[in-house]
Formats: sequence, C-alpha cells, structure tokens
Amino acid sequence: MPDLSTNSRAQLAQVEAVPGSSKPDPILTVDNITRRFGGMTAVDVAHVEVQRGVITALIGPNGAGKTTFFNLITGFDKPSSAPKLFGGPSRALAAKWVFNGRNMGNVGASKVAQLGMVRTFQLTKALSKLSVLQNMLLGAKDQAGENFFVALIKPLWIAQEKANTDKALELLERFKLLEKKDDLAGSLSGGQKKLLEMARALMSDPVMIMLDEPMAGVNPALTQSLLGHIQALRDQGTTVLFVEHDMHMVRHISDWVIVMAEGQIVAEGPAETVMSNKAVIDAYLGAHHDTDLGDDSLLDEGVSQTPEKVTKDPKIDQETHS
Amino acid sequence: MDGITKILYDMSAIALSPATAAFAIAAIGLNVHFGYTGLLNMGQAGFMLIGAYGFAISVMNGLPFWLSVLVAIAASLVFALILGIPTLKLRGDYLAIVTISAAEIIRMVGRSSVLNALTGGSNGITGNSYRDPFNSLSPFPDGQTTILWFTYDNTGVNGWWIRIVGWSLVAIFATFVWLLMRSPWGRVLRGVREDEDAVRSLGKNVFSFKLQSLALGGFLGAMGGVLYILPASLQPDSMGRSMTFFIWTALLLGGAATIFGPVLGSILFFALRIAVQGLAGLFIPSSIMNSQQTEQFSWIMVGVALMLLVIFRPQGVLGNKKELSFNA
Repeated sequence: MPDLSTNSRAQLAQVEAVPGSSKPDPILTVDNITRRFGGMTAVDVAHVEVQRGVITALIGPNGAGKTTFFNLITGFDKPSSAPKLFGGPSRALAAKWVFNGRNMGNVGASKVAQLGMVRTFQLTKALSKLSVLQNMLLGAKDQAGENFFVALIKPLWIAQEKANTDKALELLERFKLLEKKDDLAGSLSGGQKKLLEMARALMSDPVMIMLDEPMAGVNPALTQSLLGHIQALRDQGTTVLFVEHDMHMVRHISDWVIVMAEGQIVAEGPAETVMSNKAVIDAYLGAHHDTDLGDDSLLDEGVSQTPEKVTKDPKIDQETHS
Repeated sequence: MDGITKILYDMSAIALSPATAAFAIAAIGLNVHFGYTGLLNMGQAGFMLIGAYGFAISVMNGLPFWLSVLVAIAASLVFALILGIPTLKLRGDYLAIVTISAAEIIRMVGRSSVLNALTGGSNGITGNSYRDPFNSLSPFPDGQTTILWFTYDNTGVNGWWIRIVGWSLVAIFATFVWLLMRSPWGRVLRGVREDEDAVRSLGKNVFSFKLQSLALGGFLGAMGGVLYILPASLQPDSMGRSMTFFIWTALLLGGAATIFGPVLGSILFFALRIAVQGLAGLFIPSSIMNSQQTEQFSWIMVGVALMLLVIFRPQGVLGNKKELSFNA
C-alpha cells in the first residue's frame, strides 16, 4: 500500500501547477460547479481534479467558498448549475462531478458517505448526548443491526458490534480519547470533539476523507500527533482533502495545495511553491499589499475600477432570476 | 366507605384499568417518536383513532378478529407513510403542525354525517357492535373473580380479560421497544434526534429511519386505540386534541427516552388526576366547588402539571436530564 501513495506523490511532481490542471490518477473530478446565494456567487469552479492517495489541502481566505464547495461535493448542498429536467444549464455547462469513477450528480449525502467519501464539519457535529463510544459505533458502516427486523434479535448483530467496538477503542486510543469513552460527547472540549469527529469518520474506512478545518481548536501538542495520523492515513491508501487556515500544517503535510478565492480556484501546486504564487498572495493580502497607497497613479486606477464593479453586479442578479 | 379510602381505591382501580393500559401503549409509541427520534408528533390521538376505526369497522363488516387487527395496523402504517413522506424532510416543527392537523382531519372525517353508515357520524360506534369477537376469545369461565380488593367480571364488558390482555400488551410492547433501542437501530434514532446532518454524514439514510420510527410509533398508537375502545365505545370526539395532550403529559411525567417512563407516566397521570378530583371533592365545600367543578378542576390541574413539568423537570420521573432537554 505505501507504494501506491509514494507512486501517487511521484506522479504529482509531473503535474503542471496551474488552476484546474489534470492529474494522472484523479479520484475526484469536478466540472462547472456553481453555487449562488441570491446575487452572491459563493462557488464557481470550472474544473478541478484531486489526485488519489495523496493529501490535498484546500486553502483560501475567509469567505472563499471552501466549506460551500465541501457541502456541494458531499451532497449537503445542491449546485445552482445542477442539470435540471426543464431549463437549467446546457449539458456541457452543467455541474458534473465524478468520484471514484461514479457520477455523483444526484447522490444524497448519506449515499455519498456510503460510497466512501466521508466528511467532517467545521462546526463539530459530535452527538453530544451519546457517549463517545456510541458516537464512534454510529460511524461504522453496513451494520446489520441497523435493519429494523435484525435489530430485534441480538445474536444476529452482536458479533459485528463487538468487532466494531474493538475497532472504535483502537481508534480512540490513537486519538487519545480512550479514557473518555463512556463520557457523553457533550462533555468533551472543542478540540476533543474535533478529534472525535475525525475518529468517527475513520470508523467507516473511507476511500477519501474530507476534513473541514481539522486543527481549529486542537492544542499544539496534539496537532503534531494528528498530523502523523493524517500522514499515516495517506500511507494506508486513503485520499485526504482538507480545509485549513494553519499554513504551517498545510506546508508540513500536504502534497498538493489548491487555493480558492471568491469562489474560484486561483492557484494549484505543491505547498512549497504555491505559497509564493502571485495569485495566492493577492488573494490573501490584496493585489496592492506591496504598493504605497500614497501613489497617485494607483488611486486613479482604484477610482476607475469602482464603476466597473457596480455594473457587474446586476448582471449576476439577472442570471439568478432567469 | 371512608373518603380517603375511597380515593385510594379509585386510584388503584384506574391504575389497573384498560384505558390506562391503552394510554400506556400510545405513550410508548409517542416515546419512540419524541423520546428516541425527536419527532414532534402532536397527533398521536389520530393514530389511535385510525386504528380504532380500522378495527371497529372491519369487525362490523364481518371480518374475523385477527384480520380486523391487521386492518387497524395497516391503516396506521398507511397513515404514517402519508404523513411522513412529505413532512419528514422538513424541520421538526412542521411535523408538529402537520400531525395535529392530520389527526383533526381523521376526527372530522370520522364524525361527518356523510359517513354515518360507516362510522356512525358524531355518535360514533357503540361497543356492542365490535366487542363480541374479542370477548369470545376469552378462556375464562363466566362469573366474577375478586383479586385483592378488585371484583370484576371474568370476561364481560370491562372485566379481567381485557385487563389481562391490555397489560400483557403493555409488557410486550415495552419489551419490543427495549429490544430495538439497545440495538444499532436505536442508536441511529438517538443520533437523528440530535443532529440529522451528522448522522447523514456517516452514511445513514436519515429519512428512512425517521419514517420507520414514525410507522412504529403509529402502529403502537393504533394498538392503543383498539385497546381503548374495546371496553368502551368509539367516540371520535373523545379521541381528539385533548387526548394527544394527555398522552404527552403522561409521557413527560414518566420520562421520555426511557422504557418504563410512558407506562409509569400513564398510571401516575390517571391516578393523580383521580386523587386531585377526590381530594377537591372531599375538602373543598360544595358551596365553592361542586362535584362537576371538581372534575373540571382536576383537568385544569393536568394542564398546569404539563407546564410545570416542561419547565422544571423535563426529564420526568425516570428520565435522564442530560439526555433529554428541549433545546436539542
């Protein structure tokens, strides 16, 4: 298995670092995915591919549309550009995303998870009134005991339950939550809830795990071991896509970085080089971060840009209403 | 008989009565909805009524007893599907609105004069027209039996047979729900109660689980309805909104999300109401409150009790406060 991930990473070295570049072995391919909230376009991604077996980071300033993008891909939200029975965008321009060789256009959130793309949430969704262990067990997939009629007869599901419990305890130990296993998840700290959510997602042995800000609120001592876990996951063949604001973490573990700004992919590339990409610096710091605002010529430019923007907005509005 | 002794006797008699058992079963069903899945079903009486109609009308039209019970079950499941499919995708509050209206629709349709031939309109259906097949199943000889201080007919309209069947059903259904709730199936329901999206992100079909829960609780409601009318008569107006709220009070009193909560709650609900009524009759002079008013007073106290419960002890007698709170 480690070979697969080393291979995948080696393949990435050949990939051109431009937005929407094609990968040698993409697990996820997204086309024309747009999401508008009224007149605001939150996500407008023309094409992006995620390489199998590597860690890909999705970064971008606040409001760049990273979480909305996650929601769209995992079936928690529907793209505005989704193909419709009547009207809607033409076939070539309609949203289309393929995960592991399967078109995910009309797949509901629970089905997405069953197919192996499991996500976590930025605002943790630990089930606070279930114990930590129950939370974990809920994550296991294909449980016979979740069928109404099978559930009535304990011998039919107890063996699987035991196996799941063993697996859960092992994961909890890895995530330093073992001594909390019988506590209600609500009693955990914010960082511990993050860990629990990640551990719970791993209960289903996902093909691809999507982590929304996994490190927010986790104490630095734990961060180090978490990074190790994520890398270990990759080495076992799981594809990881994560949103993160902590640049140290991004630089440290990601094999590939995708940068979003204002809903679009503005840059892609290996962590070392993408940070110095002009589009990325512009997105984070503004296009004029390096220039002296006292410069008159610059002010003129700023004035001339303003009306252009105003005329743009109604056009977007019209599109949404049509 | 001395006043206090009479109240105690009345309390024990109502605790054992088939109506209490019927309420307990309906409350077990509501507990599956609200206690375990977080579905705000405000129309449990509708499920009871539809079960009762299904059973009574089938028997009156010559169907055998067991087939009539099956009709009652089928009617409640269809009702659950009709309610659930359009509403379970919405937020919980909408289900409350839809269920209370649906229950009222059932009642209004049942009591409308157009259906006089079938449902007896607002007069309902008298017990004699559907009771016989049930009583003929009784293995007991004719006559009366006294156990402790209770003397009832062995079979009869309101005798030992219906009591034994009723409380056996309570035990069976409580066991049934216990078996389900300790399983992974029950765990998913408890997850749904708290955060649907989280459960969805783990690959569970939330809609399907909610529908199963609605159907199970509705089935129990229908069984409660059948049991409720057997020793009495089918009166659509006595199975309306107020009945739904009595079931809610019983459930919250005993403790939602517990196995015995709904059973204990139903017993306490009836016994305490009788106690309030009896004590008010005993100690409040009739110049202030006559016997009719003491009964109304006791029902008012039910409403007050429901409010106090929700505010001060949402977990009821048996519940776990950490597990059950209303802001979930």
